[in-house]
Amino acid sequence: MKQVFDPAGVRSELRSLQRRGLIRGGLSLGSLALLTGCDLGTETGVNAALWKSMSLNDRVQAWLFNPKRMATQFTEADITKPYRFNAFYEDWQVQPVPTGWQLEVGGRVADKTPWSVEKLRTLPQEGQITRHVCIEGWSQIGQWSGVPLSTFLARVGADTKAPFVTFKCFDGYSTSIDMASALQAQTILALDFLGKPLTPEWGAPVRLRIPVKLGFKSAKSIASIEVADRLEKKGGYWEDQGYNWFSGS
Amino acid sequence: MHWVGAYAMFCMIFSGWQIYNASPSLPVTVPNWMTLGGWLAGGIAWHISAMWLLVADGVAYLIYGVVTGHFRRTFGRPSLRDVVRETGLALQFKLPHTTGVYNSVQRLLYWFVLVAAVLAVITGLSIWKPVQLGFMTDLFGGYAIARLIHLGLMVAIVGFVVVHLVLVALFPRTLVSMVVSTPSGEEHR
Repeated sequence: MKQVFDPAGVRSELRSLQRRGLIRGGLSLGSLALLTGCDLGTETGVNAALWKSMSLNDRVQAWLFNPKRMATQFTEADITKPYRFNAFYEDWQVQPVPTGWQLEVGGRVADKTPWSVEKLRTLPQEGQITRHVCIEGWSQIGQWSGVPLSTFLARVGADTKAPFVTFKCFDGYSTSIDMASALQAQTILALDFLGKPLTPEWGAPVRLRIPVKLGFKSAKSIASIEVADRLEKKGGYWEDQGYNWFSGS
Repeated sequence: MHWVGAYAMFCMIFSGWQIYNASPSLPVTVPNWMTLGGWLAGGIAWHISAMWLLVADGVAYLIYGVVTGHFRRTFGRPSLRDVVRETGLALQFKLPHTTGVYNSVQRLLYWFVLVAAVLAVITGLSIWKPVQLGFMTDLFGGYAIARLIHLGLMVAIVGFVVVHLVLVALFPRTLVSMVVSTPSGEEHR
């Protein structure tokens, strides 16, 4: 009698099906390699998913943020020497402070009178020796002192219910931070670096120093500060290109 | 669970190489075609996205392993003597492999990669949040050292994956047994 059901045949058929599955799996793994083009350059497809996941991530980071947790303070002996220059431009492109520079204040504040460095020095000063962590992974320890941003915001009558504080710099840079991080005690408008008034390469005449965020948030050479309800584009020079907005430490 | 974890780990390693390239701590960089994300920002986006997948899969796997007794039953505790003897056999390619049963070398390696993966997540969190999770960062001796340990664990995991994939290539039947149910105890060399 002719055998209708051939177990050996079925088994080999199954094997080849499985093999086909493996090949398909291999191909999809190969197509993953094509994803190396997914670099946040657009806002479609996988990039859209990445942007979405980053905004979810920002919400988690904001939730995790506790203003009472302080960045570790170091001693003078721990300061990194020589301290590495870093900016979005090369060191030979450092710009001098424009003549007649004044710090502009805008947005949801009561007093929009601009500030000079001398006037900023009349406010209470705070110093810190903290670690600057770059988004690239390297880090170094430096010393800054200046006016706590919370003191400054109180002084200009800022509405601290506004969600953002944004910074524009005269060298073309810009960035933005959330209000909770802006009010953290170690967030300062630095006027001195390593015990001396800031020089142009370190962000003269006033820069932000915010140890609860990655280094690129510590904007140098500030021209204006705004207490804002919304962000322009993605919130700054690097943020617009894809750096994670919250970037909290 | 294995495949979700493998996919997440794949994303973590390749996007991690992208991030590493931004500021290499060793005198080597990874060719760009072997990285995920295109540039630093893309690499970070992949890394912090796949992180959730890896952690969710890892936690589910650890619970499963403990609750069902999978860890106790199949991973057991490898004795040093067995490990030494079987490593010798394995290096001569004379160690028999029985589907569904892990020999001592396998057990040791699986424990090794399990611990390495958990530590990689913990060191990763401590360099992601050195202020908010500062107690963890301090545990590893601060940000800079935690970052190097994170890098070292990556090397360890990649080393495991290479050995793991070579062994699967040598014994492709084990792969079939992961997808369809095959009789346990089938021995092959």
